[in-house]
Amino acid sequence: MHPAPSVILFTVLSGAGFGYLAFLALGFPAVAGWAGFAAWGFGYAMAVSGLLASTFHLGNPQRALLAFSQWRSSWLSREAWTSVAALTALAPMALSDWLGLGLLRGFGLVGAAFCAATVISTAMIYAQMKTVPRWRDWSTPVMFAAFAVAGGGVLAAPPVWAAALALAPGAALILSFRRGDGAFAAAGHSLGSATGLDRLGQPSVFEQPHTGGNYLMREMIHVVGRRHAARLRPIALLLAAAVPALLLVILPVPLARPLAFAIHLAGALAARWLFFAEAEHVVGLYYGKRG
Amino acid sequence: MTCLPAKVDKTLGLVIDLDTCVGCQACVTACKGWNDQGYGVPLSDQDPYGADPSGTFLNRVHSYQVEVADAAPQIVNFPRSCLHCADAPCVTVCPTGASYKRAEDGIVLVNEDACIGCGLCAWACPYGAREMDAAAGVMKKCTLCVDRIYNDQLPEQDREPACVRTCPTGARHFGDLSNPQSAVSRLVEARGGYALMPEIGTGPVNRYLPPRKKGAGLSGPLTALVDLPATGLAGWLDRLLGKL
Repeated sequence: MHPAPSVILFTVLSGAGFGYLAFLALGFPAVAGWAGFAAWGFGYAMAVSGLLASTFHLGNPQRALLAFSQWRSSWLSREAWTSVAALTALAPMALSDWLGLGLLRGFGLVGAAFCAATVISTAMIYAQMKTVPRWRDWSTPVMFAAFAVAGGGVLAAPPVWAAALALAPGAALILSFRRGDGAFAAAGHSLGSATGLDRLGQPSVFEQPHTGGNYLMREMIHVVGRRHAARLRPIALLLAAAVPALLLVILPVPLARPLAFAIHLAGALAARWLFFAEAEHVVGLYYGKRG
Repeated sequence: MTCLPAKVDKTLGLVIDLDTCVGCQACVTACKGWNDQGYGVPLSDQDPYGADPSGTFLNRVHSYQVEVADAAPQIVNFPRSCLHCADAPCVTVCPTGASYKRAEDGIVLVNEDACIGCGLCAWACPYGAREMDAAAGVMKKCTLCVDRIYNDQLPEQDREPACVRTCPTGARHFGDLSNPQSAVSRLVEARGGYALMPEIGTGPVNRYLPPRKKGAGLSGPLTALVDLPATGLAGWLDRLLGKL
């Protein structure tokens, strides 16, 4: 699949943003006054800028409001609702922390639940795709959740927890690499089943249907980046998980948090780029190129 | 609404004969020609006369070579377009309701006025049936020429999809595949018509008729000449030279 920068930015920023907002909502750390304003503002800025980035890959973003209409069947539509619900439900909590209104933490709990639902809905957009066997697995929502928890945790979790949570995306990445690598073969689709010519013999591509490129090849048959996968995997693991965790252990935590978070974000971007670049779509079979 | 209809009255679709298709691309051209000026925005091209031409098409004809056990290898021309699936994943993923399946005839369509161009439906389709138009930013797909098949402004023989109407070898057939008595259903029955990638569970409506079995293969291109019995003068020379 084509690793579109807008979608990578969207999933990484909104994932980390909703993760951080959820921690703030639950009172980790307890913030007040202008420090509270800054913390909540940063969380909102990440989540909202991620959501805005997602509109850059739309062909007709002026109709984006229509995306709220199909929540009964579409995960993308559900994500639209849960993200707006989270941002709305957290507003009283944010105001309370900033202005010291003393609102009960229970309000934050509702908002945190909506944050979790948003991250899971984002993941389900990918995990539901039968056409991309690497994504269609329970490890996909686990990975998105792990990145959100780590993104928020590095910034906001209690010091003893922050380093441990920073390691979560590492474990999730290893899990998704292990489960994903054999997924296409295990799904059992082939040029033979895609064309039905397996009942005749062993098919292979004789000539492509068009000499130029097309939307399918640009969007779903991304072969350029796969070359770099072997190098990017360890880089993603180090930057997203190992280095932030190490920094949180060896440096004083208040100093380590921003540094660890910046490095974690870089790793998350690399990991998300791989998430798309390594994913193979079954339509590639028709072109003699796996996804 | 992107929930699928509980029941469709008919399932209109195509039956494509891989035995008679010669890969002439006439269906590709007719499709582009008709749909360029009919339903929805035109099918745009980018840099059509330049170094890197590209464009939107609703039908593509692949060409495969098949190694057959105990027979000569075969070339199979393979048209690929929307299969109007019963359980169409392109419909349920759509966040806006632009992508829908009609209850009256099972045709899967895109309401372009509601399409935001997110591309999710094209991701969900295993068959590569949907292409985003690069100029208009909306998703294009086969409409089964919905603006031809019910169009009483056209002569009756033209009320079928442009690809079917134009096919010079009669390799494309159109009809109601839910009716076992229809011509297309009988054709599928007689020729062992099959669905593409059935294991992915989308319930495609279109059927493909497999290439017929060809005769026994030859071991090499000159094999036929080895045992060719020569007669007359050539036969006399053959016998004479054989004795030398």
